[in-house]
Amino acid sequence: MMYFQLAWRNIWRNPRRTTVIFIAIVMGIWIMISMAALMRGVADGMVRQAIKTLTGEIQIHHQGYRNDPVVENSITDPSELKPILDQLLPQNAKWTARVRVNAIASNARHSSGVTLVGIDPLSEEQVSFIGKKAIIEGKFLDSQDTHGIILGKALVEKFETRLGNKIVMMTQNTQKEIASRAFRIVGIFKADMADTEKNFVFINLPEAQKMLQLDRGISEIALILPKGHAIADMAAQIKSRLSSSYEVHTWRELLHALSAYLKMFDKSMQLWYMAVFIAMGFGIVNTMLMAVFERIREFGLLKALGMKSVSILWQVLCESCLILVMGMGLGNFLSVLTVYVFNQKGIDLAFLAKGAEFVGMSRIIYPNIGWDDLLIVNLTVWGLGMVISLYPALKAARFSPVKAMSYY
Amino acid sequence: MALIQITDINKTYTQGKIQIHALKGVTISIHSGGFVALAGPSGSGKTTLLNIIGGLDTVDSGTIIVDGHEYQNMRSSQLANLRLYKIGFVFQAYNLIPVLSALENVEFVMQLQGVSSKERRSRAMKILDEVGLAEMYHRRPHELSGGQQQRVAVARAIVSNPSLVLADEPTANLDSETGKGLLMLMKEMNEKKNVTFVFSTHDPMVMNYASRKILLRDGVVVDDV
Ligand SMILES: Nc1ncnc2c1ncn2[C@@H]1O[C@H](COP(=O)(O)OP(=O)(O)OP(=O)(O)O)[C@@H](O)[C@H]1O
Ligand SMILES: [Mg+2]
Repeated sequence: MMYFQLAWRNIWRNPRRTTVIFIAIVMGIWIMISMAALMRGVADGMVRQAIKTLTGEIQIHHQGYRNDPVVENSITDPSELKPILDQLLPQNAKWTARVRVNAIASNARHSSGVTLVGIDPLSEEQVSFIGKKAIIEGKFLDSQDTHGIILGKALVEKFETRLGNKIVMMTQNTQKEIASRAFRIVGIFKADMADTEKNFVFINLPEAQKMLQLDRGISEIALILPKGHAIADMAAQIKSRLSSSYEVHTWRELLHALSAYLKMFDKSMQLWYMAVFIAMGFGIVNTMLMAVFERIREFGLLKALGMKSVSILWQVLCESCLILVMGMGLGNFLSVLTVYVFNQKGIDLAFLAKGAEFVGMSRIIYPNIGWDDLLIVNLTVWGLGMVISLYPALKAARFSPVKAMSYY
Repeated sequence: MALIQITDINKTYTQGKIQIHALKGVTISIHSGGFVALAGPSGSGKTTLLNIIGGLDTVDSGTIIVDGHEYQNMRSSQLANLRLYKIGFVFQAYNLIPVLSALENVEFVMQLQGVSSKERRSRAMKILDEVGLAEMYHRRPHELSGGQQQRVAVARAIVSNPSLVLADEPTANLDSETGKGLLMLMKEMNEKKNVTFVFSTHDPMVMNYASRKILLRDGVVVDDV
């Protein structure tokens, strides 16, 4: 109590100096949290983007498909999966079955390698980006479209074609024969990344099965769990119910590069905290040292009055602690407010969309911060703040009373 | 047994290559209840001696026993405790903690001692009344005159009934009238509460109040009456 009262009055002895440290702490916290939130928003966006781009949160394949994604490695009879999924998955989970195969698309002037995806339009729309909302021209597939195909805008431009034109798809069927078939462009989709638009073309699932002579076979099942559901747990549950002829993977396993990036991301976040803290820390130490050296005489007096060195140490630490906690209070308030506002609106990166595409960022970033981020930032600032305050505090505790008292 | 027993102490300060022999074989014994003046020209070692008696400074040789405590083997925290409970200090200036009011300054020592807040408040008020500062409880040091500040310092030094108060030129920054007033206050406290005072001074007028005068010159006791 005594420490606190003395500390409180001491920090207001020089309001300007206190304000300077205070601002340094507020700014430090604010920069740390806002930037971390932005970075987290980018990472979340990348994950969201990748999951929407036909990955899903969990995928089920036939054994071997991941290593060698050819038609021979297809799931031959998906009907045995349906009851299991219906039983295991929570109510709001969505899933869809696809055929996915490498193909060559060509028209009179151009040809290009693409990924031909046979989808069930209704369920696909719930799981991935492709759906009515992604269509900018024409319409999305319906089950009547036996010869309809959906192309990305970038591919349409590359092929110098347009809605209603024909395009030929050529691929290898299960008999290792060349299968080729002409489709009519019924819709053009837009995606966040031009790569997605160039890579994927969509047709109805039964048409793909016919073309590849797959019968009822499919390449994969992709599913999305309701928000907050433990993905790895569900994947393990599904796996335990399926025979060894199936593979079950989470998006983390499917997207190696992205997972590795996310791991690195946490590390770089900590580095970032440290970098900002070091800048802030110098400010704190300097100002606290100034505050201590200005009061050498007073510390001498306190010792003469019978205050022990340890108590003087506590006294100075208490002053640092007060300023830190006040700065952290305002810093957190401002940061959370900033993050909240930008999280609601999102930050549109359209102005640098070309560059953003390269690294797989989504166009709109929603800064986001977790409790764990907040905790780490605050613990870093408070913990390290106290540790570095030890230096001025030890100085104060070690002044010899005689020297201190003769110091005018 | 004497309250303060100093035997053959030597103190040397080293400043660069120069050695300053501040105290040379000083032996003094001061009994409880005394009102003792340390006199002597500037640089004669008065402050050094007071600091040593107060455990703020160490000696090169010789023994110091205050109130039965032999300093030689005491740790700094033990010396701090001795100061806290047994020794009050009054310095020439800057005696008070600037962020605390007169009342809080007096309470501060009791707070360190762990006296309950109610008791320390009433004791602090009483002692401030005794030193004539009843109206000044809530003034900060910078709102008090030099003489008033010294009175607060005296009040703080005696509030927890120490055995000894050490005062290093307590009147040096005061005009002679105010200095006289402060000295009379110290004398009054000395008699009323039987607290031993040892104070240093240049001022012959101040020395006249003392029951005993110890004269130092160049770190040696040259007279003791
Ligand atoms: N910290 C120190 N370092 C070096 N020399 C010192 C130190 N303190 C005191 N001295 C020297 O020791 C001698 C005694 O000093 P001291 O302060 O005890 O004298 P004093 O009698 O109190 O003088 P004054 O009346 O001026 O206060 C002086 O020569 C002084 O220069
Ligand atoms: Mg002196």
